[in-house]
Amino acid sequence: MRALPVGRHALLLEVDTADRAEALHAELLRRRAAGTLPTVREIVPAARTVLLDGLADPAALAADVPRWRVPPLSAEAGELIEIAVRYDGPDLAEVADLWRVPVERVPEIIGGITFRVAFCGFAPGFGYLTGLPERYHLARRATPRTAVPVGSLGLAGEYAGVYPRSSPGGWQLVGSTDAVLWDAAREPAALFAPGVRVHFVPEGR
Amino acid sequence: MSTRAVEVVRAGALTTVQDLGRAGFAHLGVPRSGALDQPAHRLANRLVGNPPDAATLETTLTGTAVRVRATTVAAVVGAPCTVRVQGRPVAWGAAIRIPAGAVLDVGPATAGLRGYLAFAGGVAVEPVLGSRSTDLLSGLGPAPLADGDVLALGEPTGPTPPDADVSRRPGPPTELVLPLVLGPRRDWFTSDTPASLGAARYTVASASNRIGLRTDGPALSWARTDELPSEGMVLGAVQVPPDGRPVLFLADHPVTGGYPVIGVVPEEHLALAAQAVPGTPVRFTVTAH
Repeated sequence: MRALPVGRHALLLEVDTADRAEALHAELLRRRAAGTLPTVREIVPAARTVLLDGLADPAALAADVPRWRVPPLSAEAGELIEIAVRYDGPDLAEVADLWRVPVERVPEIIGGITFRVAFCGFAPGFGYLTGLPERYHLARRATPRTAVPVGSLGLAGEYAGVYPRSSPGGWQLVGSTDAVLWDAAREPAALFAPGVRVHFVPEGR
Repeated sequence: MSTRAVEVVRAGALTTVQDLGRAGFAHLGVPRSGALDQPAHRLANRLVGNPPDAATLETTLTGTAVRVRATTVAAVVGAPCTVRVQGRPVAWGAAIRIPAGAVLDVGPATAGLRGYLAFAGGVAVEPVLGSRSTDLLSGLGPAPLADGDVLALGEPTGPTPPDADVSRRPGPPTELVLPLVLGPRRDWFTSDTPASLGAARYTVASASNRIGLRTDGPALSWARTDELPSEGMVLGAVQVPPDGRPVLFLADHPVTGGYPVIGVVPEEHLALAAQAVPGTPVRFTVTAH
């Protein structure tokens, strides 16, 4: 693990893999809950890093972090939520083609995976979900759509994600959900917070 | 006419509601947002007896005009400008009493970019995640002001204090000098980049906004060609996109980004950046810590 200073009050912790980044994020939340992490304003996980912002003494933490033993994330860690999905996405047939499976296999493949929200970004409540086996990783669409409907389930690279609101986007759209991913007036505002596990259940099953 | 509210008579080029922002939600993809010139926002509130987290109106270049529905105390600071009540000039940088029904006109900035208009009691739009700030990147908070909008005001919380001394505040910069603390991605750039960045002369680009201050000037070169996985971004981060022109992240910046950050401008220097008009010369003073 590398600890990179970011200005005078932040630290970027960097690891080699997505799994390790998720495990490190979980460890940081554990330490914060236990009161053993210095006061920090933001803990922002991302693809291979976790950013700690608003630290009084980042250098002290940077010196301490390499001594941490970060346990790998257990498969059962994190709240599990189910999202009902209609497989009506405009790219469903193309995704089936790229995966070299019949179209009706796509809901089964996605439904059999326990995803985990690795991090959020792009828009409030947009979670980047990991768990897709490497053989199912997909490139983004060559031309992004100018408007992806709210609730669309998309795939891109190693990630799955659901658009919390209508926005431009280049992900391959396989389905849609009525679940409200983001509601600023709700507690919690984001259904897909980092660390949450997700099952996509085909609607009607 | 007794309701504490203001009607927007002239919205101006871009006028938004701002407070200290919504820190603590970056992990959900929510930008911090908040007033770009925080000292000016705080001073405007202080002049009318508000706590620092009361919401003010942040104007951009052309000012704004509002009709007050009930007699209220207000103050305008930030970018200097002519302030008028019912057409008569009144003090900038001081508490002013505006009678019910009168129009307060915040004129175009004579220097600088962003003005802060505070009303006793604060602008009382509905908070979102604990803040009333308009976030232009993600669309949280109230929309930018439009002509005809009505904004409720809160109840004044305290007496109006004696005027603060606004003359000691730095004026809008004629040259923006930004200290830059190297890292976290200094190794993404050629070894001579810190030196060339320090020697380079940039100007504030016209595409600058609340998300970032963009620059025109010499391009910085990446030392690598691979892709940087998205990572968390801090306020004041100087990101270098593929075109090589540094972008200084301001309050509405995205919480994660995939271009390398060469260094970070400490927060206390961002207020001046918020007042630098397009074309202002920019210089970075590069330090390791």
